[in-house]
Amino acid sequence: MSAAPLHLALSIAALWLLLGALGIVAPHNVRWVARVLFPLGAVVGLALAGVALVAVAQPPEAIVLPLGLPDLPFHFRLDALSAFFLALLGIVAAGVSTFAAGYIRPGAGTPPGLQCLWYHLFLACMTLVLLADDAYAFMVVWETMAVSSFFLVTSEHRNPEIRHAGYLYLLIAHIGALAILLCFGVLQGGTGDYTFAAMRSAPLSPFWATVAFLLALAGFGAKAGIVPLHVWLPEAHPAAPSPVSALLSAVMLKTAIYGLLRVTFDLLDTQVWWWGVLALAIGLVTALFGAVFSAVQSDMKRLLAYSSIENIGFVVVGFGLTVTFAAYGMAALAALALTATLYHSLNHACFKSLLFLATGSVLHATKERGLGKLGGLIHRMPWVAWLALVGAIAIAGLPPLNGFVSEWLLLQAFLFTPGLPDTYLNMLIPVAAAAIALAAALSGYVMVKFYGVIFLGQPREEKLAEAHDAGLWERVGLVWLAAACVLLGILPVQVIRIIDFVTGPLVGQTLSEATAASHWLFLAPINPERASYSPMLLLAGIAVVTLIVWCVVRRLYHGRVRRAPAWDCGYPLLNPRMQDTAEGFGQPVRQIFEPFFRMERELPTPFDTAPRYRVKVEDHIWHWLYGPIARIVDRLTATVALLQRGRISVYLMYSFGTLLLLLFLAR
Amino acid sequence: MTGISWSGTIAQLTELALAIVVAPLLTGWVNQCRAWLQNKRGPGLLRQYLVLRKLFAKDAVIADRASPLFRATPYVLFGCMCMAAAIVPTLGTELPYAPVADAIALVGILALARVALALAAMDIGTAFGTLGARREMMVGFLAEPALLMVLFAASLLSHTSSLATTVETLSQRELAIYPSLAFAGVAFTMVSLAENARIPIDNPATHLELTMIHEAMILEYSGRHLALIEWAASLKLFVYSCIGIALFFPFGIAHGGDIVGLLLALPALLAKLAIGGVVLALIEILSAKMRIFRAPEFLGTAFMLAVLALLIHALLES
Repeated sequence: MSAAPLHLALSIAALWLLLGALGIVAPHNVRWVARVLFPLGAVVGLALAGVALVAVAQPPEAIVLPLGLPDLPFHFRLDALSAFFLALLGIVAAGVSTFAAGYIRPGAGTPPGLQCLWYHLFLACMTLVLLADDAYAFMVVWETMAVSSFFLVTSEHRNPEIRHAGYLYLLIAHIGALAILLCFGVLQGGTGDYTFAAMRSAPLSPFWATVAFLLALAGFGAKAGIVPLHVWLPEAHPAAPSPVSALLSAVMLKTAIYGLLRVTFDLLDTQVWWWGVLALAIGLVTALFGAVFSAVQSDMKRLLAYSSIENIGFVVVGFGLTVTFAAYGMAALAALALTATLYHSLNHACFKSLLFLATGSVLHATKERGLGKLGGLIHRMPWVAWLALVGAIAIAGLPPLNGFVSEWLLLQAFLFTPGLPDTYLNMLIPVAAAAIALAAALSGYVMVKFYGVIFLGQPREEKLAEAHDAGLWERVGLVWLAAACVLLGILPVQVIRIIDFVTGPLVGQTLSEATAASHWLFLAPINPERASYSPMLLLAGIAVVTLIVWCVVRRLYHGRVRRAPAWDCGYPLLNPRMQDTAEGFGQPVRQIFEPFFRMERELPTPFDTAPRYRVKVEDHIWHWLYGPIARIVDRLTATVALLQRGRISVYLMYSFGTLLLLLFLAR
Repeated sequence: MTGISWSGTIAQLTELALAIVVAPLLTGWVNQCRAWLQNKRGPGLLRQYLVLRKLFAKDAVIADRASPLFRATPYVLFGCMCMAAAIVPTLGTELPYAPVADAIALVGILALARVALALAAMDIGTAFGTLGARREMMVGFLAEPALLMVLFAASLLSHTSSLATTVETLSQRELAIYPSLAFAGVAFTMVSLAENARIPIDNPATHLELTMIHEAMILEYSGRHLALIEWAASLKLFVYSCIGIALFFPFGIAHGGDIVGLLLALPALLAKLAIGGVVLALIEILSAKMRIFRAPEFLGTAFMLAVLALLIHALLES
């Protein structure tokens, strides 16, 4: 009993809290914080991943802890769904903490010890969010998670832009939290019992179930960054230090996905088909929006932030399909879509944290975030460059790495949809599949831009010649995450065996059950005649052919290579300014998707002696949605401010009036 | 998918070898047809092989700033194209390697090759290299979903996304015209033109700086690296032609893996490829190269046609 996974998971959260607290013992001692506490945190993360992978196969267990208010104890429960996301958290945290051990250094902002506190508090809260089994505990840790990540985002708090980003983040996080709170209020169904166990059995009319689902979609959607609640994401992710950006994007967004799954498939007992269609539509808009916008960014971390929006879009699309299939009772297809959803969550956690950490190394080596001032770093920083290439290929959804596996599963789910009882829905599905394919193809474009502009070509600035490669700690963290990307890519069948433990309880069927005859090398979600994919053999095939060709060419001909200056059609005066900038590379997308953007452009005339080119790309949502809302709030507050007179006699009169009214009411 | 037979393995290797050997001939044939249609004598059918031999024998001159990525890309590219050729049914539908990658994975392999070449083009940091990479990726992100939708249309008809099984199903049906396949066929033709750097999107015969896409990316390559890239480009044209033939004109393809069937299928394949080459040359002769900013319109049309094919399938054929 002492080694039950739930106890271990809770102890791990406690250990993280302890490590955080140890950070403020010597807040300015970088060696203590970075070289001792963060590596310990990484070990704890690894332990969490191990515990979760054991727990995923075990029956759920629950515990009541006498924390919190006297008659409101905290309930915790560990089931397969929690365990899956805990494993995701543990795997990413191990890599990110190791990286942070080399990354943290004294700066102008929050001292390292305090960062260590917030960082480990953040990790512990995410663990507890995944374990919470009553609304009260859930909201407490959910909000602590938001607050601790707010302090992490504003680590460089002397910069007003970063403070602004943090404010926006906190605001949207609270709007989301409000919706989640209301959702739990609906879910308890008038019983007054806020444990999840009570919610599971609470009878809800279809109307209230719908209200609960919509509130959950809005609340968790705000945290996940679905359009139009995504505005905080491209501000907060770049503002945070890179390990924190990695955690925010890789894990925190996934806690929102966890919440959505928990409410929809566990707490609510039935689903309605159009919930899924709604989520599908929102997911499609989000995916396309994120892809298009990430293509036009010129700040590397903003580009990745928009790419996170795109990937969350994919996950929400998968979620929507799952809901629709589950509502129609098509368990096998629901299992397929849910597997794609979970797989993509895991994939995104790995490759996005890898890329965010790589940008952190670049940032430290060059002090530059703008793509327009980087270039050619593959020569100066080979470790970071080659590991980032793994991440870039994975995120672009190319075989044989992991991004492709989940996209493949998702497209399979679309391909085998026909057969839904609703004809209109059947016609909608191809259009949705087309939109997904377009967004996936765009992500390839984005990654060529990201990788090509940062790591390839000539350095665009003189000072890049002094860039240094990442240190040992950073390399270990990057290698760990890159290895995860590769393994998730080439061993899909084994990963899906783990995911099966989650899909079984949630939708009533698992993917492996649907394909009892599946071979360990071949991923065949429906049956082998319909579709199969074997990344391992594909990789082997490409590798073998490439090697044979290399050997044959070497053997039959010569291996002579002459080095010479670049040819460039014979043009001799080549300089780094002649390469595409980030703006230049994004130009086709700006042109093709012009209606998506709100653009301000300043173009030089041919006669300018000092020509300047400036372009500013914003999204319309600020002007269409948030601007008007802000103005209304401003006007309302101005009206309320009329009450504020600044004279004590007036305030006494208010109190008197209130008293009279209350006496009248309580008469 | 287990129990790989000898005959299957032989068929697989034969088809792969055939693709590698015949691909330059197809490119030569298209060039020859185009020359004839322009009233020129033409370079001869075997010119492409001579070009490859010449390039392999030459020294590779590499820019002094090139990274290992630049040198590895031609090999990777060639490897990807071979894998693509290995899963597309050319002579017969029994391909032991086919279960490794279905139609979606085929699109993924082609995308991997494209991304590798685009990255290599950006590696030297020349103006033309980045220009080519940007344009290629633009064409790519528009053409790739269209190609995927075309393959989806065929997959929906045959209830499988495995290319070999699809072709087997399509070739065994009675001669009926599926409206969805007609739309998909037009879309596929447009996508193939764009993906293989053909007029009206790109011009394979020019180094005119304003118009080039594919050529701009490979400007810095020479010697054996260039030879491999040229060969891979020929293979790509061959693969696309074979996908088109297999999906839209699958008649005459062998159903088993026996040698006799394959031998009988060979003349049919060569004849179809020859006709396809003439059609490609005709299209190139009859159309003008578009401005680069018209390319999104062209490919957008292809994408819409492909989506329309899916919708028509959902409406009429299910």
